[in-house]
Amino acid sequence: MGQIEVHRHDVVIVGAGLAGLFAGLYTSREFDTAVVSKVYPIRSHSGAAQGGCAASLGNMMEDRWEWHMYDTVRGSDYLGDQDAQEILCREAPLVIYECEHLGVPFSRTPEGKISQRPFGGHFSDFGKGPQKRACHAADRTGHVQLHTLYETCLKQDVRFYSEFFTLQLIFTQNGACRGIVAWDLRRGGFHVFHAKAVLLATGGYARAWKVTSNSHANTGDGLSLVLRSGLPLEDMEFVQFHPTGLYPSGILVTEGARGEGGYLLNDKGERFMERYAPQKMELAPRDVVSRSIQTEIDEGRGIGGENLVHLDVRHLGEAKIMEALPQIHELALKFTGVDCRKEPIPILPTAHYSMGGIPTDTDTRVLRNSAGEIVEGLFAAGECACVSTHGANRLGTNSTLECCVFGRRAGISMLRYLREDPCLPDLPQDAAEQARQRVEGLLEAKGSESAARIREILQKTMTEKMGIFRREETMKECLATIKELQERYKKIGLQDRGWVFNTELMEAIELGSMLDFVEPIVVGAIARKESRGAHFRKDYPRRDDQRWLKHTLAWKEADSIRLDYKPVVITRFQPEERKY
Amino acid sequence: MIRTFRIFRFNPEQDKEPRYREYQVECPKGSTVLDALNEIKWRHDGTLSYRRSCRHGICGSCAMTINGKNNLACESQVDTLKGVIWVEPLRSFPIIKDLIVDMEPFYERLKAVKPYFMAGTPPTDKERLQSPEQRKLLDGSYECILCGCCTSSCPSYWADKDFLGPAALLKAYRFVFDSRDEGAQERLVVLDNKHGLWRCHTIFNCAEACPKGLNPTWAIGKLKQKVIKEKF
Repeated sequence: MGQIEVHRHDVVIVGAGLAGLFAGLYTSREFDTAVVSKVYPIRSHSGAAQGGCAASLGNMMEDRWEWHMYDTVRGSDYLGDQDAQEILCREAPLVIYECEHLGVPFSRTPEGKISQRPFGGHFSDFGKGPQKRACHAADRTGHVQLHTLYETCLKQDVRFYSEFFTLQLIFTQNGACRGIVAWDLRRGGFHVFHAKAVLLATGGYARAWKVTSNSHANTGDGLSLVLRSGLPLEDMEFVQFHPTGLYPSGILVTEGARGEGGYLLNDKGERFMERYAPQKMELAPRDVVSRSIQTEIDEGRGIGGENLVHLDVRHLGEAKIMEALPQIHELALKFTGVDCRKEPIPILPTAHYSMGGIPTDTDTRVLRNSAGEIVEGLFAAGECACVSTHGANRLGTNSTLECCVFGRRAGISMLRYLREDPCLPDLPQDAAEQARQRVEGLLEAKGSESAARIREILQKTMTEKMGIFRREETMKECLATIKELQERYKKIGLQDRGWVFNTELMEAIELGSMLDFVEPIVVGAIARKESRGAHFRKDYPRRDDQRWLKHTLAWKEADSIRLDYKPVVITRFQPEERKY
Repeated sequence: MIRTFRIFRFNPEQDKEPRYREYQVECPKGSTVLDALNEIKWRHDGTLSYRRSCRHGICGSCAMTINGKNNLACESQVDTLKGVIWVEPLRSFPIIKDLIVDMEPFYERLKAVKPYFMAGTPPTDKERLQSPEQRKLLDGSYECILCGCCTSSCPSYWADKDFLGPAALLKAYRFVFDSRDEGAQERLVVLDNKHGLWRCHTIFNCAEACPKGLNPTWAIGKLKQKVIKEKF
């Protein structure tokens, strides 16, 4: 299939969202850095983040990083590693100031400082009072951070390979990662990127669900690369459902809408959060609010008995809505025809965020096993990674923060590694073989199965059987469906056999990724016989610290998933019951 | 409701000339043009090619010409479109395949205006101060998603491919009017020529085309005033 083009760089970063770009900013100061992304950088899903980025700046009221850490630990239902959570919260002000210095146009206080607003799960004084911790640019925070980082990377001459799809990681015989193989979407053809360090910053995977807030591009390709390389994934069973997706598509309505004072109402017009979180109400953490909404719906109190409730911001008044939530006003109008100044917004919980991912240490080095052995040359940061800062449930505004803090740390960690001048042995002859087989196999496939049909069944099954409430029986049905779909995937055929911008090929590869990583999600969830954070089992409704205060690691074997576990790092805060 | 879509098709590996193909698509209430394209691709014709990602108007991937007007496919409600729905690639950019155009010329013009924050003063260990009034000057520019709808709709750009175009000029505005930025002089030099600010003849097509409701023509006017004030 033609020549394979080979590129040499010191660093190759896969993914051009916030984490990848922050890392690139640092490595490109000293080393030749390439960013490989399947979309043009500013099209990355980080840009969809709306509400804010948490940091204890204390611009509006007294705040401390210890309070932020306490909220993050408690929000994670004690499954987060507290060494990583401490780093996240301690370094938060630093990265926010750095973002500002790079030019991010944050909203401002009357004194000219960065404006901050309330968000679910963030409190003052160890969970007691309200807090304003979310630094924001109206409700377009991710957009301004992503654009600013991209612009700064341009200034620093980072080399971008946009619309290149990464298919494979390259390892030496000693198991060190020394590059990737990618497919040039625009022209067709294989490209090998030979490098001393590889960072995976490929984002989340909620596209495996039918109702999702995620971009079409969020298909977890990086997680599949890791599984296919014989490496484990961590805590995959923890998937966050955001309480407020626009009905029926699941497009995100920022938690900032509740932070600014929005109400959740059922069919009777009741603020039903009174029953579930009497103190924190709509500002309880996401897992709690999502379960509350789903319970209202399941018990017949959805609007008109249907699968939705209302988010009402009318009482905030037109001026406040247009100043603080302009994008929400626009989204509700464009996608549901609702003017939120005059009517409540129809919403339902939507698959949103993956707490689990590629296991790393706090320097973003990828881990090989529960003993903490690292994979030389391979790093991961952002949503695709699991450090683990979010444990069983992520707090709003901690995701873009994680991308910044750990993207930056990835950059620094790779700088340190490269200064040691690791050796770069010649590429093995067959370096691109796996990738070549994958693409050629699909381009030549003449099967009768349709990738789109398989994807549709997968998404529907995940939404129905791996949603907010889980049960052993339905999860087992889900696993059986996944197995069946994996078999059917082997028999797919494409209509487009061309090289130039073959998006049908791209979607088929993405489906392959999804069929890889959904299996550890379900297997991990079946094994975990407790309820913790976003993983809620009707058949095991309690948290069980004695047996399950531990991280899941999952490997893909020939026909099954192998599980192992590792302890949670606990430093400052001992597990206690979560009440809001 | 079944709607008819007439879609521009061109496969550079097979076709000498572009052609139009018609598809009948079931469009439930609330469907967008992107939903309809997905329906075609996933159920009828896997070869149809277009860019898409976020499907809610923030990533800027799916800009195209719909019934003659530039817009994001994901933000175009089918119900608001009359008759046969014509879907074509963005005008004035080279066509790669079907609805996918080569955006490189667009990005190159963007890079020309030095689209990054420049500030020589060493940052403090806290944020730089900026009053809400100073920050407000950036409203209407920082929201740009770089979808290309404006530049593609600009007759001055059609006539002069060296023209920086409305998107790049709006980006320049975002930095020139940022109270924290110190690169205005360097940027204005790039803008102050016949392929820069002065090629804009205030036609306002860009403002009409912008899916985010921004007004690059207005911003270009502000930049022109600034250049003149600096000179005299």
